[in-house]
Parts: sequence; structure tokens; C-alpha cells
Amino acid sequence: MNETLLELKELVKHFPVRGGTLIKRQVGAVHAVDGVDLTVGAGETVGLVGESGCGKSTTGRLAARLLEPTSGKILYRGQDISHSSRKRLKPIRPEIQMIFQDPYSSLNPRQTVGTIIRGPMEVNDINPSGGRKKRVQELLEIVGLNPEHFNRFPHEFSGGQRQRIGIARALALDPKLIIADEPVSALDVSIQAQVVNLLQELQRDLGIAFLFIAHDLAVVRHFSQRVAVMYLGKIVEIGDRQSIYERPRHPYTHALLSAVPEPDVSSEPRERIRLAGDVPSPINPPSGCRFRTRCWKAQDKCATEVPPLVRLSGNREGHLTACHFPEAPTTQGEDVVLDPALA
Amino acid sequence: MTTVSWSGEPGTSRGPGPFLSVRDLSVEFSTEDGIVHAVDGLSFDLEKGTTLGIVGESGSGKSVTNLAILGLHDPAHTKIGGEIWLEDQELISAGRGTMEKLRGNRVAMIFQDPLTALSPFHTIGRQIGEVYRKHKGASKKEARDRAIEMLRRVGIPQPETRVDHYPHEFSGGMRQRAMIAMALVCDPDLLIADEPTTALDVTVQAQILDLLKELQQQFGTAIILITHDLGVVAGTADNVLVMYAGRAAERGTVREVLREPRHPYTWGLLSSMPRLNSSVDVPLRPVRGTPPSMLNPPSGCPFHPRCDYPKLAGPELCFNQRPSISPETGHGDACYLTLEQKRELRTAKTEDRA
Amino acid sequence: MTSYLVRRVAGALVILMIISAITFYLFYAVPRDPARAFCGKICQPETLALIRHNLGMDEPLFVQYWHWLVGIFAGREFVQFGSCPAPCLGYSFATQEPVFSAIVDRFPVTVSLTLGASVVILAFGILTGMIAAWKVGQPLDKIASSSSVIGASLQIYFVGPLLAFYLVDTMQLIPRPSYVPITENPLDWFTHLMLPWVVLSIIFTANYTRMTRSQMVEQLAEDYVRTARAKGMSSRSVFFRFAWRGAMIPILTIFGVDLATLLGGAIITEQTFSLHGIGELAVRAVQNTDLPMLLGVTIVGAAAIVLLNIVVDVLYAFIDPRVRLS
Ligand SMILES: Nc1ncnc2c1ncn2[C@@H]1O[C@H](COP(=O)(O)OP(=O)(O)OP(=O)(O)O)[C@@H](O)[C@H]1O
Ligand SMILES: Nc1ncnc2c1ncn2[C@@H]1O[C@H](COP(=O)(O)OP(=O)(O)O)[C@@H](O)[C@H]1O
Ligand code: SF4
Ligand code: SF4
Ligand SMILES: [Mg+2]
Ligand SMILES: [Mg+2]
Repeated sequence: MNETLLELKELVKHFPVRGGTLIKRQVGAVHAVDGVDLTVGAGETVGLVGESGCGKSTTGRLAARLLEPTSGKILYRGQDISHSSRKRLKPIRPEIQMIFQDPYSSLNPRQTVGTIIRGPMEVNDINPSGGRKKRVQELLEIVGLNPEHFNRFPHEFSGGQRQRIGIARALALDPKLIIADEPVSALDVSIQAQVVNLLQELQRDLGIAFLFIAHDLAVVRHFSQRVAVMYLGKIVEIGDRQSIYERPRHPYTHALLSAVPEPDVSSEPRERIRLAGDVPSPINPPSGCRFRTRCWKAQDKCATEVPPLVRLSGNREGHLTACHFPEAPTTQGEDVVLDPALA
Repeated sequence: MTTVSWSGEPGTSRGPGPFLSVRDLSVEFSTEDGIVHAVDGLSFDLEKGTTLGIVGESGSGKSVTNLAILGLHDPAHTKIGGEIWLEDQELISAGRGTMEKLRGNRVAMIFQDPLTALSPFHTIGRQIGEVYRKHKGASKKEARDRAIEMLRRVGIPQPETRVDHYPHEFSGGMRQRAMIAMALVCDPDLLIADEPTTALDVTVQAQILDLLKELQQQFGTAIILITHDLGVVAGTADNVLVMYAGRAAERGTVREVLREPRHPYTWGLLSSMPRLNSSVDVPLRPVRGTPPSMLNPPSGCPFHPRCDYPKLAGPELCFNQRPSISPETGHGDACYLTLEQKRELRTAKTEDRA
Repeated sequence: MTSYLVRRVAGALVILMIISAITFYLFYAVPRDPARAFCGKICQPETLALIRHNLGMDEPLFVQYWHWLVGIFAGREFVQFGSCPAPCLGYSFATQEPVFSAIVDRFPVTVSLTLGASVVILAFGILTGMIAAWKVGQPLDKIASSSSVIGASLQIYFVGPLLAFYLVDTMQLIPRPSYVPITENPLDWFTHLMLPWVVLSIIFTANYTRMTRSQMVEQLAEDYVRTARAKGMSSRSVFFRFAWRGAMIPILTIFGVDLATLLGGAIITEQTFSLHGIGELAVRAVQNTDLPMLLGVTIVGAAAIVLLNIVVDVLYAFIDPRVRLS
């Protein structure tokens, strides 16, 4: 693998929950991210999937150092930026950019598109040759918008176009790493495909590394070379795309894959796994393996011992799984349906 | 069967036909910016015990169509044309009282976002029970028992205590289950589910879709399942209606539409979606452009600004004349290309992709 | 619930402490020397110093404040006036009566005025707003909406005398406004306060009509209201059983904020109808630079507002189960 750009080491982020009479004190914490190890190489695309609330966005915002970790380390090009001050972060900021889910609220409605895209250049005091305006027009062109439209306001654009504006803003500083938090989730299918193609082109042409956060497994597979599956603040399985989608070992990965609705009527029978209930609260995550309350293979050991994220025998290098009793590496034929009333 | 009195509504009888028949439905809203032609000349049928999936991107008129079936549009700003027959009852011309007796009773609806769609001020039990009381004249006690029974039926654990909880105390999946319980409390003949799983996670979505299928098998309810996801339709529906710009682009059985899609828009939808087993090295093939504004829908075929084939089909036709869905029954689509052309184009596309 | 109330009251006390400290500082830092008023026409500097000492004004400001604060809970001794049992807010410089008992005497008048007007405002404003929303776009809505605009542009000191002239003097429909204690004769209490209530509520009612209308219209477009209609609920039950609760929440919030303004309006109304309430005390205290009285009135007013806001919050939790008082 080539140079490591971003490295997350045992990263933890807890959000305090306050309560109590008279004096507010901390009565608990949301374990949003609870020991995440992840690397992103230069020019690499890493996908992060998982259900709502499992800590994907928090991980992304930590990686961009928009949040400060509770513990653990964030290394960017080997430099520890976990607790760096604003000043220390300044030279790094332009290299890590974010794209957000909501194309409506992530753009300031009172600024023109030109001002929005120019923003990061101004904040970071960057003067491209040929001037900022020219650069803005270049960027608009790159993301497939009319370069003459830099004077328009966000509301004059459709959802997909707004997302392009957000992408242009992220590209303004020639980033090395883009953290894309559900960049296409709010878009219609046909528009979603346009934006995914655009991101993929940019990734190839400009060699930008991506941390691509999404809950749509098919989109993540399409976009990412490596994929990490998260559950309740932890990565439960990680590996190259092929390992995760064709030879998954963690029961949760199996369940996720089997739940994806596919527009096929004729394909060979896939395994059918129906989990019971919902994801438990991250304020009080289950002991041991966090998936055990919904896992059909859970045994006593799962409640007492946290399964380590390790390479199982027979798996490829880099394919790590956190489970005491992993599944067989196939996605066919199994049928597990749990009664939700038992949850 | 429920007892709803049909008498006193003159001119509303009809020979035997499909259970639900929507004929040439049009819905127009008058707004400050002008008239929004949300639905224009839409027809479809639905048989008892079957599921019709209505697919289309946002703004294609899915919700508007189904709110029209329930008569939930604001009459002051809406013009509705065409006919909607539920067995031998026409719904567009039906009076307010008739519709109120129908709603929640013979025809029920589930909405996309169960958090906003449930009243935050009343307990789940009360919200379920009051439908039952209203339509079946049940007592408070009976309604509560019924609510508990319904919650159990949709798989909510400890329904006896859960019945007294408020929606914000439920998780997303449980709220949608409660919503389904509320919709099914009077054993409706027709259930309209408007994007019931869009706000849910995949694993919960799978649970909810399973639940709908199960309940349908038990009670023979006819279901209209609105979604923007062809994948959801594939696993759940019998028939599909693909909508574009307020009109039907293609209809047929799930098998027909997904295996031999005919309309260029359906092709576009399918090739836009990445699959779990598709090749990852070729780019996706999205439909270019964006959906049209319904304030000012394109002339001719509404899809023509985004379509690659008007040249093949005849630009005169595509640009100026509305294609209607043909053939009249079975697998049909609204496009001027000949069946032969469609077959060739589709084969070329699939080979390209593989 | 209890722990919530304890916490809220404790918080309120802290707020009142801060308010009193600030007012204390502002009032006692005024350049005019109240001791001067006690000193007579020919005032020897020695006498003035003695008076200042007797009034406790020769000590540092924070010590004075401390005495004042302690007086509330433990009472205090004045060289000038003698003993003042707790709760002691000091003696009026102008009338030399204890501030606390002066306020207690006037309190029922202002409370009757404010609470009565609140009832009129909420009942009438919400009712007309509901009617307007129910008949959106129809003549009744237009009447309600336009009369609310007119109401909002009226002033108490203009409407008050005008109505008094017509209703009391010319037509003799209602008695001249005055205060009859409710314990003495409830009916007289009611009839004699009718006009002040109406006058005080006119400007506010209009606002609540408008707010209720727009909130109802907004609520009627909510998803859960659509669900209720999809269940077959009649328009009327949708309106009165579902939508109103959502509409009441912002209205309560605004009402909590408006309470202070309402109290201000009550003072003007008291002046207009020569009612002997807190307002009169306040106005006189300002005229006389009667600092203890001014401070007392301010603190009691603030306490009333803070207390009523706690009541509003409890009502809030009552209407909206999502709000938990914990
Ligand atoms: N500022 C915060 N304060 C308290 N809790 C928070 C905060 N931000 C996030 N959380 C909680 O942390 C957990 C993880 O949140 P996060 O936004 O990372 O989830 P996610 O995986 O991105 O979910 P989604 O798919 O819904 O976007 C959630 O339970 C969330 O409610
Ligand atoms: N009450 C309304 N007033 C004006 N336009 C409306 C109204 N409701 C829906 N529309 C418009 O009608 C079209 C179809 O909407 P809808 O049926 O909600 O789409 P979807 O297929 O996403 O459910 C859209 O262009 C929408 O903006
Ligand atoms: S460790 Fe146990 S509970 Fe966790 S996924 Fe594996 S088998 Fe299931
Ligand atoms: S009718 Fe013409 S424009 Fe419309 S889909 Fe067919 S080929 Fe395309
Ligand atoms: Mg997120
Ligand atoms: Mg919709």
C-alpha cells in the first residue's frame, strides 16, 4: 500500500449527557465512537457503512478534526493532530475537506455560489494564479456546472446541483483527503448516480483520498476500495471491497447485506436474515460484543468478552473481523428470521 | 367486510371491475407561481390481495395521486379530474361524510416519517384506539384492547405497557410498526403505504417490508406501495407502475418491468443504481439532466429533454405529442419507440454493462 | 416533578438575587441624595451626616445591599424607623411606612388586574384566533384578522378614558372602575374591574388572535394532522382534538415573555383608572426618589414574573408530553 495519509488509533468520542437536581452534572455519555482503528492511504477510497447513529458522522468529523477526540489518536501524515490547536491545524486544514449530506442546509442561502466556493480560499489566504474568480469558474466547470453561474444563489439550483456546489467548495484548496458524509443520500436515484460518477472521476483524475460515509451498501461498494462496517461506535469488520461483500464473516455484515433490497427478480437465492428490534442506545451499549442483543449466534462469551478486531484464518490480509463465532464466508442460502417480539 | 352504507349517493354504481380503478386522474394545484400539474392523465388498476408498487423520483406525483384517492387534498387550491372507483363507489365525486367513513376504515394510509406523522400529544394506544372507536363504535375499553392486540400483531414487545407510551418514546422502527397497527386496526381492504421505509435503516426496512407482506397474506389487503427504490418493489410488489412527471411511464408485473424494461426512463432508473454484484469498474449510467418542473411540464413526451432516443422514435412525435401508455392492458409503456427498437436498445445496454 | 420545582425555584432565587443586586446598584448610585429630603430646608452638614448614618447610607454599597438582603429573611433594625420584622424591604423614604406592608396592601389590586386581563387575553384571543383559522379566508376570518390589527394599534391611555366616558358616564352600563376586595364582595370585585380588564387586554388580545390563527393554520399542515384526517377523523375533531395542542405551545411561550409587558400595561391601566395598585406605588416612588420603595416594587414585580414563568413551564409539560420536567 502507498503512503498512509490518515490514521485513526483507538479513537474514542463520548458526548456527555447532563442531568441532576440543582447542579447539572454528567450522568452518562453517548458512546458515539468507542475505539475505532482505521487508516486511509493516499489516493485511496475507504467506505464507512452502518446504521443510523452508529457513529459514522462522528468518526468523519473527528477525522477532519472538527471534533476533538475524548481519547485515542488522529494522525495525519504521521503527525499527531488529536489535540492540536487551531494554529497548529491551520496548514493541514486545506488538505482535509468535508462534503455534507444535506445540499439544502450546508450552503449559506445568502451567499452567491462564487462567494461560497471562494470561502475556503479566503479563510486560508490562498491566491491561485489567475485569481480567485478564475479558479471558481474552473471549479464550477470541473463539477459540471455552468461557470457563468457564479453570481447565482443556492436556491436557484436543484438538489443535485447544490451538491455539486458543495463539492466545488471542497475542491477549492486542492485537498488530499475528502471526507464525504452521505454525499448522495438526499438525492434522487438518477441524480445520485451523476454525483457518484463525478466524485469517482475526481478521485481518479486528482488522486484525492476519500473517506466515504454512507448507509447504502451498494453505493459504498461501487465507490470504495476498502470498506469498514460500523456498529454502535465500533468497527466490526473491515477489508477490501471483495472480502466484505463476497466473503463477509461478521454476522452483522451478513445481516446488512441480506437486507439490501435488490432490483432483481431472477438472481440465485441470497441468504435471508431478519434481525429483531433496533440498534440499542449508545448511552448504555451492551457489554462484551455490542451486537449480541441482536445476534443469533450469541453465546455467554459474547456478553463478557469484547471480541477483538483480528484477521480470521482463511481470510485475506487486511480483512479483519470482530466476532467470537464468525459466520462461514458465503452469502448464500442461510435463513435467519428473529421474532421482533423477543427483542 | 366492513359495513359502509353506500345508499344515498346517486349515480355511483358500476358493473364488476377491478377492486380499485384509477381512470385518467389529473390533479392541479393553484399556487402563487402558477398552476402545478402534479398528476396528468394517470390510470391504473389494483386487484384485491395484490400489491402495486408505484416508483418514481421525488416530485413525480406519487404522493399526490394517493392523497387524491383518500380525498385529502385541500379543495380550495386543488382541481381533481378523472375517476377513482373503489369497487362500485366513485371517490372523487363522493361527499365528505362518505369519505370520512371510508378513511381509516376501508382505505388506510401509512406515511413516510412516522415521527411527524403521529401526534406527539397522544399516546400510541389512544391514536390507534380512536380509529377503532370512530369506525366501529367501540367503547374505550374495547378500543384499548384492540390497540394492544394490534401492537402485538405488528410485533411490538410488551404491548400492554407500550400502549400507554407516546411516540417519542418509541424507536423509528417501532413507530412505523405502530403506524401500521393504526392503519390496519379496522381491517382495511386497501392500504396505501407512502414510502413507509424511506426514513428507516436497511435492517429495519427489511423487517417492515416483511411485516407488510405477512399481514397481506393473512388478511388479503390490497396494498399500494409508494417508493423511489426499485429494489423495494422487487421484493414486495406484484405489479409496478413507474411514474415520471405526473404520468405513467411504464406498467406491468414486477417480473416484466424489471427483466424487460421498455421505457427509456425505466432503463435510466435501473442503470443509475449500483448493485451488490455489478461491475465496479464501469461508471454508473445516470439519466442526464434533472426532473422537470411541474409548473411548466415539457410538451410532448415529458421525458424528452432527458431522453437519448427522440431521433430514433421521431422527434416530431416526441417533442409535440403526448405518448399514451400502450398496450391498454398488461405490460405497457408510454414511448414512441417500437417494441423491436426497445428490445435492441436494451440488449445493447445489458451487453455494455456486463 | 418536585425535584424540578425545587430546582426551578432555586434558580429563580438566584435570578432575583442578581436582579436585586443590579437594581440596588443602579438606584443607590443615583447622584441625588435621598438623605437630603429628610434634612429640611436649612440643612447642616452634621445633620446630613447623621441622617445618612441613620439611614445606613454611609456604609459601602455592598454592605448596604447585604443588610437589605438579610433584612428580607431576618428582619432588621433601623435607627431612623425602629424595628422592621422579616420579610423587611425597608421603610419608604417618602411615607415612612414599611415597604413590604405597602406592597402587600396594593398587591391584590395589581394581581386581580393582571390575572383577570390574562384570562380575557387568552380566552378571547385564542377563541377568535381559532374561529379565524376554522374559517380561513372567509368573512369571519377577515373580520377577526382586521379587528385584531385595529386592536393592536390602540393605546391604553387613549382607549381607557374613551370607554370610561361612554360606558360609565354616558350609558352607565358598568360602574366606575375601583377596587373592591374579592373577599368582601366577589360580584362587585368583578363588575368594578371589568372595564380595566377589557382596556388592558385589548392590545394584547389582538396579538393572540393573530398568533393563534397562524399557529393553527401551520399545525393543520402538519403531517400528524394529515394522518388524523387519513384515519377518517372529521375536520372538527382534527381541529379541536389534534391541532390546538400544537398551536398552544408557542402561544404559551410568547405569553411567558409577554407577562412582563402585561405587568407594565397594568401599571398604566392603574394610572388611567386611578386604581391604588403597585403601579401607583411605583410611579410615586419614582417621583419621590423613594429608593426602598422602588427597589421593593421592582423585586416583587420580578418575583411575580419569574413565578408565573415557572407556572407557564409546568403548563407546558402538561400540554406536551415530550417536555419532561426532570
Ligand atoms: N453533539 C452530540 N451530543 C450528543 N450526542 C451526539 C452528538 N453528536 C452525535 N451524537 C450521538 O452519537 C451517536 C453517533 O452519531 P453520528 O452522527 O456519528 O451517527 P451516524 O452513524 O452518522 O448516523 P446517521 O446515519 O444517522 O447519520 C448518535 O447516537 C448521536 O445521537
Ligand atoms: N399542495 C401542493 N401545492 C402545490 N404543489 C404541490 C402540492 N403538493 C404537491 N405538489 C407538487 O406536485 C408534484 C408531485 O408531488 P408529490 O406527489 O408529492 O411527489 P412524490 O412523487 O415525491 O410523492 C411536485 O411537483 C410537488 O411540488
Ligand atoms: S461476538 Fe458473539 S454476539 Fe458478537 S457478533 Fe460474534 S457471535 Fe454475535
Ligand atoms: S417517447 Fe420519445 S422522448 Fe419519450 S421516452 Fe420515448 S423516445 Fe424518449
Ligand atoms: Mg450521519
Ligand atoms: Mg412523496
